[in-house]
Parts: sequence; C-alpha cells; structure tokens
Amino acid sequence: AVLSFSVGLSAKSQRSQNPLSNIVRKNHSWKQVEILDAKTREKLCFLDKVEPQATIAEIKNLFTKTHPQWYPARQSLRLDPKGKSLKDEDVLQKLPVGTTATLYFRDLGAQISWVTVFLTEYAGPLFIYLLFYFRVPFIYGHKYDFTSSRHTVVHLACICHSFHYIKRLLETLFVHRFSHGTMPLRNIFKNCTYYWGFAAWMAYYINHPLYTPPTYGAQQVKLALAIFVICQLGNFSIHMALRDLRPAGSKTRKIPYPTKNPFTWLFLLVSCPNYTYEVGSWIGFAIMTQCLPVALFSLVGFTQMTIWAKGKHRSYLKEFRDYPPLRMPIIPFLL
Amino acid sequence: MGRLTEAAAAGGGASAARSAGPPPAPLPLSSTSPGCAAAMASSEEDGTNGGASEASEEREAVGKRRRLGLLATIWLTFYNIAMTAGWLVLAIAMVRFYMEKGTHKGLYKSIQKTLKFFQTFALLEIVHCLIGIVPTSVLVAGVQVSSRIFMVWLVTHSIKPIQNEESVVLFLVAWTVTEITRYSFYTFSLLDHLPYFIKWARYNFFIILYPVGVAGELLTIYAALPYVKKTGMFSIRLPNKYNVSFDYYYFLLITMASYIPLFPQLYFHMLRQRRKVLHGEVIVEKDD
Repeated sequence: AVLSFSVGLSAKSQRSQNPLSNIVRKNHSWKQVEILDAKTREKLCFLDKVEPQATIAEIKNLFTKTHPQWYPARQSLRLDPKGKSLKDEDVLQKLPVGTTATLYFRDLGAQISWVTVFLTEYAGPLFIYLLFYFRVPFIYGHKYDFTSSRHTVVHLACICHSFHYIKRLLETLFVHRFSHGTMPLRNIFKNCTYYWGFAAWMAYYINHPLYTPPTYGAQQVKLALAIFVICQLGNFSIHMALRDLRPAGSKTRKIPYPTKNPFTWLFLLVSCPNYTYEVGSWIGFAIMTQCLPVALFSLVGFTQMTIWAKGKHRSYLKEFRDYPPLRMPIIPFLL
Repeated sequence: MGRLTEAAAAGGGASAARSAGPPPAPLPLSSTSPGCAAAMASSEEDGTNGGASEASEEREAVGKRRRLGLLATIWLTFYNIAMTAGWLVLAIAMVRFYMEKGTHKGLYKSIQKTLKFFQTFALLEIVHCLIGIVPTSVLVAGVQVSSRIFMVWLVTHSIKPIQNEESVVLFLVAWTVTEITRYSFYTFSLLDHLPYFIKWARYNFFIILYPVGVAGELLTIYAALPYVKKTGMFSIRLPNKYNVSFDYYYFLLITMASYIPLFPQLYFHMLRQRRKVLHGEVIVEKDD
C-alpha cells in the first residue's frame, strides 16, 4: 500500500502558510522520496516535500514514523537494490537522483549496540575464568572444591587473564570511538559463544589440579610475562593513538602515524598494530601457561584478526593515495 | 545461519548437498556472516547468489569456464571422469560381493582399499577451490570432504569391530550413488552436454539418499561408541606437559549431536536449490 506522507506543508495549506517562512524558503526545489522494498519492490513509503539538504539519517527517521518496527539502525537504504548502503551523512541533493528519489530498503534485522556486545562478550571470560580459578564446585572433583593451586604461574595467569579483560572493558567504556553504532543482534550470540567458550576451555586446564607447570620453569614464565606486559602496553598505546585520531562524536578516518610513544612506532611497519600486539599478548600467555588450548585460541584469534587487518589495510589503500607503502596489514614485512 | 548451512555438510548428505549446481552457489553471505564479526567493522558483505537460476548458473559456469585455462578444464574433466569411474567400480564391486556371498559381512573389508583411495583422492577438491578453478568456497568443500575422511578413516577404518554393521552398507550405498551422480553431472557439465536425466537425478536422488546416508553414518558412530569408551582410543589424558585433554568418546557424541542442527539446514538448502534449478522458481531468500 502506498503511504503518502507529507513533509512540511501540504499543497492545500501552502496557500495559508506563514508568509515569513515563504520569504525564508526561496528555494522551492523540494524533492520527493519513495522507498521501495529492495526484494519485492513493494512501495513502502512516499515522502513528498523533502528538503534537498536532508540527510539519509533524517530520511530514515521519517521512514521510522510510518514503520516504527524498523528503527533507523536496522534500515539499509540504497540507490540500487543490489548496491551498497547509503551512509547516514549522505545528503539527498548530492545523490544521483532526480526530483523523485527512489530508495530501496533492506531490513538489517534486529540490531544491538556495539558497546553492549563488547561489554557482554568481555565480562563473560572475566567472570568464567574466576569460577575455574577458585575451583567452584562441580567443575573438578569434590575434594578440590575451593582449593588453591600450588603453582605460582597459575596465580600469575589469573592476574594476567583478568587484567586483560578488565582492560578491554575499560577501553570499551572510555577509549574506543566506534564507527558504527550497532551490529546485527545475532552477533552477540556468536561472539559470546566464542569468547566464553574458549575462556572456559582454557581456564579448565590452567586451573586444573593436575596442571603441569612450564617445562623451563621460572625462566619461561618470566620471559612470557614480559612479552605479555609489553604487548598489553603496546595494544593500549595503539588504542589511545587511534582514539586521538578522531574527535568525539565524529566518524572521520585518517591515516594513523607513530607518536612520541615508542609503542606506536609499530605503525611504521603495520596498519593494525593493535592486532599485532594482541596476538603477541596471547602468544605470551600461551608460553606462560604452556597450555595447548591457549595456543589454539591464539591461532584462531590471529586468523580472524588477520582477515580484519587485511580488510582495514585495503580500505586504507583505497581511501588514501599517499598511504605509506612499507606497511603490511598485521605482521611487519610478512602478512 | 546462511553460511553455516553450506559449510555444515555432515556425512552422507555431504556430497548430495554439494550437488547443488556445478557452481554450487554458496548461500547468500549476509552482513551477519562470520567474516564480518564484532570488534572492528569490516565492509558489509552483500551476496545475492541465492537468486541465480540454473540458466544463469550455467551461463555463469560457462562464463567461468571460458575464463578457465585449457589446462584446468582438461584436468577437471579428467578428474571428474576418474572419480565417476572409481565410484562406479566401487558400486559394481559391492553388488558383485553381495551377489556372490549373499551377506554384507566382509563387504567393507573387500572394498576398503578402493573406497579409501577414491574418497581420500577427493581431498584434491579442496585444492581446486583454493586455486579457484572450482567456484565453491574452500570452507564448504573442506568441511564436506573432511566429514567423509572422518567417517572413512577415523571411524570405519579405525574401529574394526563395527566394520560388519549393516549401517556401514547403508552409508556406502548412499555415498556411492550420490558420488556417481555428482561426478557424472560435473563431467557432462564440463563437456557442455548435460543430459536432463543426470540433472534430474542430481536434484532428486538426494531426497532419499541424504537421510539414508546420515542414518547410516549416525548408526555406525553409535555402534562404535562402546569400543571407543572401552579402549580409550585417540584420547589424551591429564596430566601432560601441554595441559590439554581429548576424549574421543565425547568427541563422537558431540559429532552425533551436531547432525541435529546441521542436517535440516543442509536438507532444506538442497530442497530450495532443487526448486530453483528444476522448476525455475525464484525464491526470495531471507537475508540470513
């Protein structure tokens, strides 16, 4: 059903419109916007008298008025049914459309905010690991309930793991500036399964009564701890540097460069040093605990982060002509 | 959900599922696909493969083949003919055994070398995807071939007491018929002469074969459980210096359980492909 929705004044009331606004709005080149379903081509909404300077964000808000179940975050509007989504900042006038703009709508599905997802997926491992560390009943045999490991490295590992996730939670709340507000709701289940599952799996072995400490003893643990701490500092430095690239509330993208902080000098060699440091942290943790599940977790994380780094690297190259050629996505000179 | 469906081929239905068109159009990748996960937003993926009709699929396939080097075409044709022949040999050997001996006992033993050879050879299909001469995704092909390798080497070969179970014959029959149909379909497609009945067979046989194959595989794994538990085979216990453990018994249980979500997804995917290819239905796929 075609729904007609007038933005501004209807034809009838134009005659009785406020003469003041008549003077102000000298430009009567209103645009009309029709929104069709991208798959069925059904007409979902017709907006007439839309300001040419209206942004896609404003159009989304208007669309929500007639279809409240589709809040703006879950709307994808595009010029071509199979094309790319238009950005919220895009201005109607600047798009290649005539007086009547035809936009195709695709429902992105229920959305959830990035912050919510991050907080949930990071709070889980923090909590779950501690359940195993304190040997809460029903995990290990009853005689081990609430006992404590006699190995120093086990206590150290708990501190490191907990620190890591507390850091992530704090960064989510105070450091990161997100490009996107939301992601599909389904992601929270997928991501939490991954993080929580692996956390439980690792924690089970490290805190197990039959845990075997590293082969090379204190030497190995010290080296691994150093790697872990350096990489955590590095990762944090990069997050801060990235934050400083972008003013609060904006979505600008700039090439990141090394700052005075030596940890950021890795930007000379890679596009995503935050990922490099993250992998490094987990390798450190794996060496420290000498636990194969940790190594596997590092490997899976590395694979995923490499995919992301390559994507980011490609976007940088596409967007910036003068992008430093020496940089690789995630591993200096290699990958 | 979309990507999982293709990627999750479990056992017998595995190649039946793969039989969804020579460019077996993987399901539409939506923005929820794994490649576009949490932390840093990568670009939104927007695949619209699902709407391809057989005609455009074949055109696509032909187009892709035109871009395929002569060498690749020759190799793929040879490969598919060889595999068709191999599985035919297997089928004939099975029939002959049953006609001569009147029982299925000893059947596996008599055909195991041929089975292992041709099923293992199918690992090459992953390479085909890797180097791009076959348009399937590496992940999909990998999962499908791996599930077969798992069944042959890690279950039937390794757990000798279950080799004479009826369920083994069940999945062997399903696999054999499926593979003969599938490889001859690919062969004829490559030669640009696809008889309708092969296409028909490919998109209809699975309706029976897929559940039969899955049943055979599940029953076989189930029969193997007691032996695995008793012997503790393929398992690692604590304590050990890598602080890991693995219990093959529970692994098998989880594998069996995984058939429950995976089988229906694959089966319905196959049914949708069938409706599109054989009846030219334009199906509006859900985003995910």
